[in-house]
Amino acid sequence: MSAAERRRATPAESATARLGRLLTLVPWLLDHQGIPVEEAAATFGVTSAQMEADLSLLFVCGTPGHLPDDLIDADWEDGRIFLSNAESLARPWRFTLDEALTLMVGLRALSQVGGLAGAGTDRDGSLADGATGAGGGDAVERALAKLEAAAGAVASSESARVSVSIADDAAGAALATVSEALRSGRRVHLSYLVPSRDETTERDVDPMRLVSIESRWYLEGWCHRAEAVRLFRVDRIVAATVLDAAGAIPEQVVGRDLTAGLFVPDPTDLDVVIETGPDAAWVAEYYPTQSVTELEGGFRRLVLRTGDPGWVARLVWRLGGSARVVEPADLARSVRDGAREALAAYDALGQQA
Amino acid sequence: MAGAAPTPAAKTERLLNLVIALLWTRRPLTKAHIRDAVPQYQQTASIEAFDRMFERDKDELRDLGIPLVTEVIDPLFDDELGYRIDRREYALPPVDLAPDEVTALALAARAWSQASLAGAASMALNKLRAAGVEIDERSVVGIEPTIRTAEPAFDAVRAALVARQVVSFEYRKPDGSAAARTVQPWGLTSWRGRWYLTGFDLDRGAERVFRLGRVVGAVTTVGKPGAYAVPADHRPRVLVAGVADAGPPSESPAVIRLRGGAGQTLRRRAVSEVDDAGWTTVTLASTNLERLADEVAGFGPEALAISPPELVAGVKARLAGALAAAAGPS
Repeated sequence: MSAAERRRATPAESATARLGRLLTLVPWLLDHQGIPVEEAAATFGVTSAQMEADLSLLFVCGTPGHLPDDLIDADWEDGRIFLSNAESLARPWRFTLDEALTLMVGLRALSQVGGLAGAGTDRDGSLADGATGAGGGDAVERALAKLEAAAGAVASSESARVSVSIADDAAGAALATVSEALRSGRRVHLSYLVPSRDETTERDVDPMRLVSIESRWYLEGWCHRAEAVRLFRVDRIVAATVLDAAGAIPEQVVGRDLTAGLFVPDPTDLDVVIETGPDAAWVAEYYPTQSVTELEGGFRRLVLRTGDPGWVARLVWRLGGSARVVEPADLARSVRDGAREALAAYDALGQQA
Repeated sequence: MAGAAPTPAAKTERLLNLVIALLWTRRPLTKAHIRDAVPQYQQTASIEAFDRMFERDKDELRDLGIPLVTEVIDPLFDDELGYRIDRREYALPPVDLAPDEVTALALAARAWSQASLAGAASMALNKLRAAGVEIDERSVVGIEPTIRTAEPAFDAVRAALVARQVVSFEYRKPDGSAAARTVQPWGLTSWRGRWYLTGFDLDRGAERVFRLGRVVGAVTTVGKPGAYAVPADHRPRVLVAGVADAGPPSESPAVIRLRGGAGQTLRRRAVSEVDDAGWTTVTLASTNLERLADEVAGFGPEALAISPPELVAGVKARLAGALAAAAGPS
């Protein structure tokens, strides 16, 4: 069950929300005679018990008169649903504004993804070959045009005021290469930048999926160097080459659950305490924190948990006085010594000139 | 009103019977006919109770998006009104989609699976399925764009935006203080994973950008829907990008010296690299100097800005600031 289904299966559904579902359920059932109750429930994101309650309700509704022949006929005794005598409701009703909005905003966002644009999709419904540009690259645009026609002018113009930038454009070339490897099930060689350690690493990866999270594409795959599942930010892939070898993801290996976000603290990680000034209040919103304590005058004390305190030093240097390391002491010292060393180098440079 | 409030299930049943009756009829139905046509209306204690119930139901169906129309029943006697649902307006028009277009739609819908609109997205797909479109969501496995709506204010603001209704909320400034704002929502934009509201700030009399994550507490609507028009030249993305990427785009080439293998992000963008005694001198083409100063300062003693002078000054100021702050609270 997906997170979405869990969310929708929560109780306290309003009478009108349920009506909206039933008005879609009826034409769907008419078009899927004999569908198992469980499958119908899964499609509509409800429990089987709820689906049976829905069918029981349909069973007592019908056209004016409400004699037995006027009522909707629903039969699900053997676990398969057969529905009839519901001609008035045979067509699905038009998209609500929210429904049209999700599809249109999603399509418009997809249409702006470079590297995937070719990827979009192919005529047969599979991902197209972005590299060769083979067919169907404009599937997103075509789908959008048809949807706008179906949803109407109001939905099109209202939904245009909501827009999502799914991913930065920096990922173009690498994204095309990686999606090609993913589609063809091949291994890919990456030169991958790790800014927190300031190094570029070389590794072979068997791609599992491409995920966009908070405007960035990530490749999840089995990393042969780490011998573990790793997430790679696609815009940090310096170079990517599709290899001849087929991807071989070990059995039992599963992708990370990313529904709670990207950041999962490791028990061996270190707590770093920093204080930020009013100019750097954004730090608490931008980076995952263990705790935030508001201090006087817009100052904040943050606890960051990290496996690599080096990036905290980089952060504090670039914040230029809007933050300081409180703990651990050796990190505070290396921030201080590093700044001194750099400033001395500038002085030396100034004397040379 | 007589009797206990009906259960939600009884209300759904009543509304469904009403929808069926109004779709089924070819001629508009008078209220009297409607009372006869829906068993739950027949059971109301009085005409007045029925009237009140029907008026509310009618509004709720319209709010849901069902095109319930009011018409004069007989042009010769225009004092009696009737009601029906326009079948053509009600039904989703036929949508003929190629397989690759279906895949694109499924991808667009799935992007919302972790957002507050997940239910609306999957219901939209189900309507297409009910119209005979075959959608195999497995065909898009492997590519997962995601749209998140973690900000608690998202739903209320989105609803007000599409209804064109003024909202008011408490908005927190970067320094922690909060103030009430009253805004005509014009646009809602997700940029780098965060949602921004653009609109007309009624107190300040000017266009403003608000980060939804800084809205504190509940968002309330003010006045009626459809209260204003959004200017055709409103460009939310331009405004949001301007706020999100603050700083003037002072662009200029830059030269930086890097120790050993340091400065990988800079080397990646270098137009030239010259090695010399354990250091590398890199030249970057046109670049935003404020952001570059952040980046160079972040490498501490591993990177030394050489030119232009504004970059050198910017990096030195950051490092000196960091050193001063390290001494303790100012």
